[in-house]
Formats: sequence, structure tokens, C-alpha cells
Amino acid sequence: MSMQTPLARARGLGSAKEGVHHWWAQRLTAIALVPLSLWFIYSLVAITGAEYAVVIAWLGQPINAVLMLLFLFSLYYHAMLGVQVVIEDYIDSEGQKIACLILVKFLVFLAGISAAISVLKIYLGS
Amino acid sequence: MAEFTLPKNSKVKKGKTFANAEGATNKKSFRIYRWEPDSGDNPRLDTYEINLDKCGPMVLDAIIYIKNEIDSTLTFRRSCREGICGSCAMNIGGTNTLACTKAIADYKGDIPIYPLPHLPVVKDLVPDLTHFYAQYASIKPWMQTQTPPPPDRERLQTKEERTELDGLYECILCACCSTSCPSYWWNSDRYLGPAILLQAYRWIADSRDEFAGERLDDLEDPFKLYRCHTIMNCTNTCPKGLNPAKAIAKIKQLMVSRTI
Repeated sequence: MSMQTPLARARGLGSAKEGVHHWWAQRLTAIALVPLSLWFIYSLVAITGAEYAVVIAWLGQPINAVLMLLFLFSLYYHAMLGVQVVIEDYIDSEGQKIACLILVKFLVFLAGISAAISVLKIYLGS
Repeated sequence: MAEFTLPKNSKVKKGKTFANAEGATNKKSFRIYRWEPDSGDNPRLDTYEINLDKCGPMVLDAIIYIKNEIDSTLTFRRSCREGICGSCAMNIGGTNTLACTKAIADYKGDIPIYPLPHLPVVKDLVPDLTHFYAQYASIKPWMQTQTPPPPDRERLQTKEERTELDGLYECILCACCSTSCPSYWWNSDRYLGPAILLQAYRWIADSRDEFAGERLDDLEDPFKLYRCHTIMNCTNTCPKGLNPAKAIAKIKQLMVSRTI
């Protein structure tokens, strides 16, 4: 029970003055992912079955390394924004929500930086 | 987690059957959600079989016929019977709509009727819209200006400026769209929902209003506005044929355009 007025409940804590950046970033990464995913799938098909040295040499080319890093960045950033929305949508309890958001952000950075280092290691090593 | 199943005391049980169409050739069954707050019982689905030759063509006519002729305890809201008051919004045949403008002939077989989804029920087909109306009040749905009105006439706008309000001013706040929106189901405590956002845009788009910026400030929020994921249930269900999803998209566009 609460003696709060319905308007007080509806107004709540007011506007967070935030959300535009999240929305815009999600659209930008989505647009970027269209050509980058096409390139990634095309490349995967092209180098499937190739020998180890050929694949290493392929990723050793600056153009491929740059596109791969761009692809990984857009993919992980986009995924992080998307999963964040799913968590905010469906998880009611404030504690669980924050725990999940922290977990997702940490996991994305862990996976993203690991992937980037892998690309760089091959690129710089060849 | 969001609740995906009804709590135990809200599970809908089988109810009574009222056959009132013996010998009739043109008959129809209505399966109607019933719940009395005082009885402590679970909600139930009562079935009313009626002779369509004895009642009008709309679903509301059938419900009024049932209340008058068969079961006076059936509770629902209605007023204008011509789709302008929004009182008789309910879930008919699985879709939120106005009982008064929906023809019985549009449905094959039995017609199930429930109150608007995911709102507290007051009784039978009457939902509690207190929070919905409070959210409407929270967007300040009136003209806000700094410039005093001209002393000798009303505030003018061009024909083009007036057409900006078409598709917005027709909204009757029946709540069909908001209560069809999954985002509103899970987060209505903070998400304003399609009806209120369409109304908010109605004032942002009004050339006579001088507080568009402040209105956008108030909406700029991950929950108030950005729970809209363009699911489009709102536009599909609107009994007035409006497009709340488009109004929300325009608000999001304005949000971006004032940052870049």
C-alpha cells in the first residue's frame, strides 16, 4: 500500500536524459555490420579449407586485419547494446538486473579484447 | 523476471453457460471473462448463447443485450456507442478493439471477450486505468507557451502546420494500443506506452506549442521512451486506424536530430 498519488508514481524519478546515444549507436553498428558481415561471410567461404599458412597470410594483409577488427568491434558493441535491452526489458528485480548488466559488459569486453589481440598477434607476427 | 503466466488466483476457470437462443437459426456464443472482487473466486469464462436476430450488429449490442436480457450482473464500460469515447475498449477475439465499432459478423465461431490485457481488473470487463491516465497527465497534454496569446484572436497556424496533427488528434485514449504492447506489459511502471507517446508527439508536433524542447527532455529516458522496440502491435490494433509506432519513431528521430 502507498499513499502516493498516481501522478507521483507515473512521474517516478523523472527523465534520465539519456538513451539517445544507445539508440543511435545501435543503429550505426547495425548499418556498419551489413557490409562487414557480407565481407566476413564471403571471406570465410573463400578461405575455408585453405592451409594454415595461407590463412595467416590472409589476415596478415592490412586491409583484412582492419576489416576484421572493424567487424569484431561492431559485432561486440552491437551485441552488448542488444543484450542490455533484453535484460532491461525482462528482468524486474533491480539487483539481478544490475548483476546481469555488469556480467554482460565484462563478458563482451573480455571476448572483444581477446578477439582483437588474436587478430593483432597474427597481423603483427606475420 | 517478467511474469509470463497468470498468478494462481488469476487463472481463468470454466464458468456457467446461458443458452438463450432455443430454436433460433441465427445464433452466436460469446465467452466472456467474469471476475467479482468480493467473492474471492478465480475469474471464470461464462458462455452466453444469443439469438442475433434479436440484437444489433455490433459486439457492444450483444453485450448490452446480454446484460438486459440474460445476466444483469455482467459489468462493462460503454458510453457513446460510436467509437469516440473509448470506454468500451476490450479484448475481443484476441485483439484489443472497441466493442461498439466491431461487427459481430467479423468473427467466425464463438467470440471470446476479455478485459484489456495486463491491467488490474476492477470487475468483469472493467480494467483499472488509473496509472494510464496518470501517465497521460505526466506529459502535460496542454498547450505550453511563453508568448502571451494575441489579444484579438486565437493562435494561428497554417494549413500545413495543421496537417501535422492529422493522425494524432483523432486518438481517443481508449488504451487498446498500450495494453497490446509487450513492452508496456513488462515495464508499464516506467514505460509510457504507445498511446501516451502518441499524445506527447501530438504536442511536440503542434506549431503553436513553444515547449517542444522541454517535452523532448522529459521523454529522453531509456524507459519512458526507449522501451519501444517497434513491435507494431499498437498500430495493428488501433481501432481508429492510427499509427502510434510512427509517432514514436518521429520522437526518436527528433531526439537524434537535436544531438547531431
